[in-house]
Amino acid sequence: MTRLPLPAVLVASAAMVLLLGLPSLALLIRILRPELWAGLFSPVVIEALRLSLVTTGLSLGLILLFGTPLAYLLARFDFRGRALLDALMDLPLVLPPVVAGVMLLLVVGRRGLLGAPLSALGISIPFTTVAVVLAQLFVAAPLYIRTMKGALRQTPNDLEAAAVTLHASRWRTFWRVTLPLTLPSFVEGCVLSWTRALGEFGATIVVAGSLSGRTQTMPLAIYATLERDLDAALALSAILAAVAFGLLLAFRLTLERRTR
Amino acid sequence: MRRQLFIALLSLTLSCIGWASAQTVTVFAASSLGDAFSELADRFEAQSPGRNLVLNFAGSSTLATQLLQGARADVFASADEVQMQRLVAENLVANGPHPFAGNRLTILVPEDSELTDASELAAPGLLLVLAGPEVPAGRYARQLLELLDRRWGGGFATAVLANLVSNEPNVRQAAAKVALGEADAAIVYRTDARGLERVRTVTPPDAEAIAIRYPIARLSEAPEPELAAAFIAFVQSPEGLAVLARHGFAAP
Repeated sequence: MTRLPLPAVLVASAAMVLLLGLPSLALLIRILRPELWAGLFSPVVIEALRLSLVTTGLSLGLILLFGTPLAYLLARFDFRGRALLDALMDLPLVLPPVVAGVMLLLVVGRRGLLGAPLSALGISIPFTTVAVVLAQLFVAAPLYIRTMKGALRQTPNDLEAAAVTLHASRWRTFWRVTLPLTLPSFVEGCVLSWTRALGEFGATIVVAGSLSGRTQTMPLAIYATLERDLDAALALSAILAAVAFGLLLAFRLTLERRTR
Repeated sequence: MRRQLFIALLSLTLSCIGWASAQTVTVFAASSLGDAFSELADRFEAQSPGRNLVLNFAGSSTLATQLLQGARADVFASADEVQMQRLVAENLVANGPHPFAGNRLTILVPEDSELTDASELAAPGLLLVLAGPEVPAGRYARQLLELLDRRWGGGFATAVLANLVSNEPNVRQAAAKVALGEADAAIVYRTDARGLERVRTVTPPDAEAIAIRYPIARLSEAPEPELAAAFIAFVQSPEGLAVLARHGFAAP
């Protein structure tokens, strides 16, 4: 492999490494004080942790359940308007989250598209835990769909063809050949979308508001705590950052081991 | 070609930095001051060409936290004394605080709401939003609920707080939830209701018992102390007070 000289590349990358890495280092330095961890077990923090785990778990489940067929559709079928659908499904990724929240309100809000039929059924979504999950789904699902779509496009067709000639049904081929081949992307999609859901703030505060125990997830609790108790906010931030980093690192390491 | 591109990028970056450091006074102001301070800023800039005023609006508690964490600004205008005193205690205030405006709480409801009296805030199932308890407007609103509780008894404040669906980061966000039609009521400042459409206000009893006073101060690490002092003087001048009055603020 022809490469540019390492020192030059290192120096040129240094600014970006500092920009992206220094905040994590700063957080690490600030939280290495034991007294800081005292604030960690306040009811608000525990409630936020619990709510974040429950809602992101639910979101991830729904993303897998409904995102996988969509990724398959976009990857394996040619149809009129596919590019349009594809772009539409990516849109939440590039929208500011607050805009995503406003758009969701236009659908499920009381004056939204589905507001009147929903309230006729006695259902009101804004300010509920359902709204939290909805916001997470909206911003996080595209990451999973994108990743899986790419993987499903790239799986070699001859292996699937071989399975079918061996009289495996098409469903069986999908479960036993296609899905296992996409495993690294599957895991990557899960990690990316789950961490995105975990960090979701902008859309959540618009659609769901912020109330401890009902809609105040970790990022919202961090924002609220920041004004009252900086130490607790830092501790919470550290947990969030550590979980996200741990997942990303574990994923990279497994991927490297597999490809080696 | 490559060198030219590099130089172009570098000079663009440097000129951005240079532009930002022209004679600019940075004002951190409570979000309820939004419209009034935007107009004050325009008038202040128009007084003498070349001066530039940058406004940062948020809940006073957010602003105070940002300043305590080292944000650079010249002037802080808070919606209550509590947040201002956080800065005074850390010696971040060079001059002031000077009270410059007053305000009053009101109940904001959608135009088509059936709510006509503050006591109906306790009706089960009502969706109430308040600014968070750290935010001045949220703190005042909870004080008001305590006063009404003393007036009406029967666990009024508890019943109302059971209807709370969101602690918003600043008072304008709370007002926006009502204006969007998602919340049934919010306790906000009288001034917040101006400029919003499809809403009306219900005046609660005891609102006048809560003294809401906005202090303004020059910060000790102000990069532009003279311009900061000039802006504070302008806010307190007859012209400045007239602008504030037109936006619904009371005298301090």
